[in-house]
Amino acid sequence: MAEEKKDKQLIVSVSPHVRDEESVSKIMWSVNFALFPALIASFYYFGPRAMFVTALCIGSSVGFEYIYQRSLNKKISVHDGSAFLTGLLLAMNLPPDLPFYIPIVGSFVAIVIVKQLFGGLGYNVFNPALIGRAFLLITWTKAMTVWKEPTAAFAALDAKTTATPLGILKEEGISKLIEAFGTKSDLYMSLFTGHRAGSLGETSVIFLLIGALYLLYKKYITWHIPVSFMATVGLLAWAFGGKSGLFSGDPIIHMMSGGLVLGAFFMATDYVTCPTIRKGQIIFGIGCGALTMLIRLKGGYPEGVMFAILLMNCFAPLIDRGVKPDLFGAVKKKKVMEDKK
Amino acid sequence: MVRTDTFKRGVHPHDSKELTAGNPTQNAPLPKRVVIPLSQHIGAPAKAEVSIGDEVKKYQLIGSAPGFVSAPVHASISGKVVAISDFLHPSGRMVQSVVIESDEKDEGIALIDTPDFMALSADEIKALIRDAGIVGLGGAAFPTNVKLSPPKEKTIDVVILNGAECEPYLTADHRLMVEQPKSIVNGLKLIMKAVGVTNGYIGIEKNKPDAIEAMKKASEGEAGIEVRPLTVKYPQGAEKMLIKAITGREVPGKGGLPMDVGAVVQNVGTALAVYEAVRFGKPLIERIVTVTGRGVKEPKNLMVRIGTLVSEIIKDCGGLAEGAVKVISGGPMMGFAQWNLDVPVIKGTSGILVQSEDEFISTDEYSACIRCGRCIDVCPMGLNPSMISILSEKGRFEETKDYNLFDCFECGSCAFVCPSKRPMVQFVRLAKSQTKPG
Ligand code: SF4
Ligand code: SF4
Repeated sequence: MAEEKKDKQLIVSVSPHVRDEESVSKIMWSVNFALFPALIASFYYFGPRAMFVTALCIGSSVGFEYIYQRSLNKKISVHDGSAFLTGLLLAMNLPPDLPFYIPIVGSFVAIVIVKQLFGGLGYNVFNPALIGRAFLLITWTKAMTVWKEPTAAFAALDAKTTATPLGILKEEGISKLIEAFGTKSDLYMSLFTGHRAGSLGETSVIFLLIGALYLLYKKYITWHIPVSFMATVGLLAWAFGGKSGLFSGDPIIHMMSGGLVLGAFFMATDYVTCPTIRKGQIIFGIGCGALTMLIRLKGGYPEGVMFAILLMNCFAPLIDRGVKPDLFGAVKKKKVMEDKK
Repeated sequence: MVRTDTFKRGVHPHDSKELTAGNPTQNAPLPKRVVIPLSQHIGAPAKAEVSIGDEVKKYQLIGSAPGFVSAPVHASISGKVVAISDFLHPSGRMVQSVVIESDEKDEGIALIDTPDFMALSADEIKALIRDAGIVGLGGAAFPTNVKLSPPKEKTIDVVILNGAECEPYLTADHRLMVEQPKSIVNGLKLIMKAVGVTNGYIGIEKNKPDAIEAMKKASEGEAGIEVRPLTVKYPQGAEKMLIKAITGREVPGKGGLPMDVGAVVQNVGTALAVYEAVRFGKPLIERIVTVTGRGVKEPKNLMVRIGTLVSEIIKDCGGLAEGAVKVISGGPMMGFAQWNLDVPVIKGTSGILVQSEDEFISTDEYSACIRCGRCIDVCPMGLNPSMISILSEKGRFEETKDYNLFDCFECGSCAFVCPSKRPMVQFVRLAKSQTKPG
């Protein structure tokens, strides 16, 4: 009797019967976690306004996702960390000083329009945070391009406005940029530590890299996109970025400024909107890098990372269709017994 | 570090072999009753050669093989045939089976000993293998003599014994290699003779150092036989992966077979059965089964008569433990979950795994593919499981063929790593059932 009862309770499902512990929410929360060092740095540089903008973005992103799923009777998935991540990434892409409604509108566009109306996590074509930002940039161009001088004085509520390093580089040239920071090594140092104007979370190269290394170590991202992206930017900046002919540009400035590090490691690598096949990811990274430099050098904006990634998002499905993983069995019969010995 | 052979991609599930790896094989108690399916192999079912009421002896033929791709079956105990009808088979189908009730005497028919077994010709060896009803014991259960009789135009130049045992939990092959290495080597020599080759390899995953040691010792001084340590990785023991690891050759896609690259692969358990059949004339009536998992009280390696019911075997191992939730025939990566424990052990049953609650991961609530690419990174066949699953999920079955659906051998590596816990193997099977190869 007892045996029989047992039988009835046995679970039957398809193999495999063991699974890796990785889960979507574990991955998403890890990416959130990896962004924390840079986030804390932005609080340090940009003060309470940065915290306010971040809280608004995250709160409204998670809130919109919850309201949307609740009102349509869909499974609530806010705990998986992806809405939180979208909010966090959006915040990191915004200037520190914004009226409260702008981040909320950005979150609405990102979560409701770009993510949920396309079918939710896994189905969106574009990176939600980036479209959110693009929308805000076009709608409130002025507010979205007011940059604050970073200050260690946490309480300084009305810090001076200034231009971003890339803005100075574009408008006034490299010598002016170096002058603004002192010496060339001062400039590099400021870029590296994040002591410069820019979006909330994009400034501190060192803290972004710490987070990125953690993700690489945990295998949540691979090198393919960030490396091909950064290398392409560096190469093109060196080749075409200088005023005195080919190969006179400064690749370091281009690689460390703007939203490149944030974009290459944390946004272009968004699983849903980049190619899935590693070879394709290299093509994707090169495309992102080339478009970034095209916009930075020839376009109207000093910064091009956001539009470059969004444009390449369109091509991700195409790249995936064109690139195939190495099929087993494509190699012809080989006599290798001898040389294996 | 010792160099090991391997293939590209694959996964590293926790192997959980510690539960039974150190347990010497014990004989399971003589069953009171056995249910012997007439089809325990790939190919045509055997034809019953006994009737209800017949008295049979151990080793006696009870089902003959009607076609080329088929295998005979033999009584595994002595006693009386009490039923011949459809019974549940571990694959989930109903299969015609012969039920024998034991007379508890365990009397066998006389067997013919051939001490000079290496003097037999290739054809004599193959005939003895066929008559003994030997099939691949690694799980696939393909009739062995058929595999050893490739068409004339295919030249075979290497025999590989599969001692990889890459499925987590299973230790049956491991124990055999430690306990009966000499007989396995003799089996390998017979197989090499049967297909006329002088190159033999024994591939063993590095996590079984005692088995590697034992097999090395047993094959010392045997010309042309070499033991190859393999990287611990799943599915290292899949035929194509093993051939790649050891010879560097890739079996061509779209239905290619090992013989297309000159290789024959046999499981180490099969080699042992070959030796016993050729040397002693012993038909395949028993096999070693790993009974394991945290859902069974005393995990063991048991020598079990074919046809013994899984429920009996679990009883022999102390019964189900508190919290047992799932019983799997085979290993955790490719085995079949059972809903009824009154199914018999068959020739291809390498293990019985009872998972407890904490070993079990529910996949009922899977979610959308987040396109992380992990499944592509691990697919040993170089497929795009993500695309196949998405297309199959949407019912676009024909399109899955553009992604080489039929090259998938359902190893489950993609499902193992998927963070969305998608039932990848189910999607593949669904697509395969709705389309035709080609
Ligand atoms: S697609 Fe098939 S062969 Fe590839 S990992 Fe998945 S189950 Fe294995
Ligand atoms: S592992 Fe799962 S979520 Fe990732 S790409 Fe494959 S199917 Fe999609």
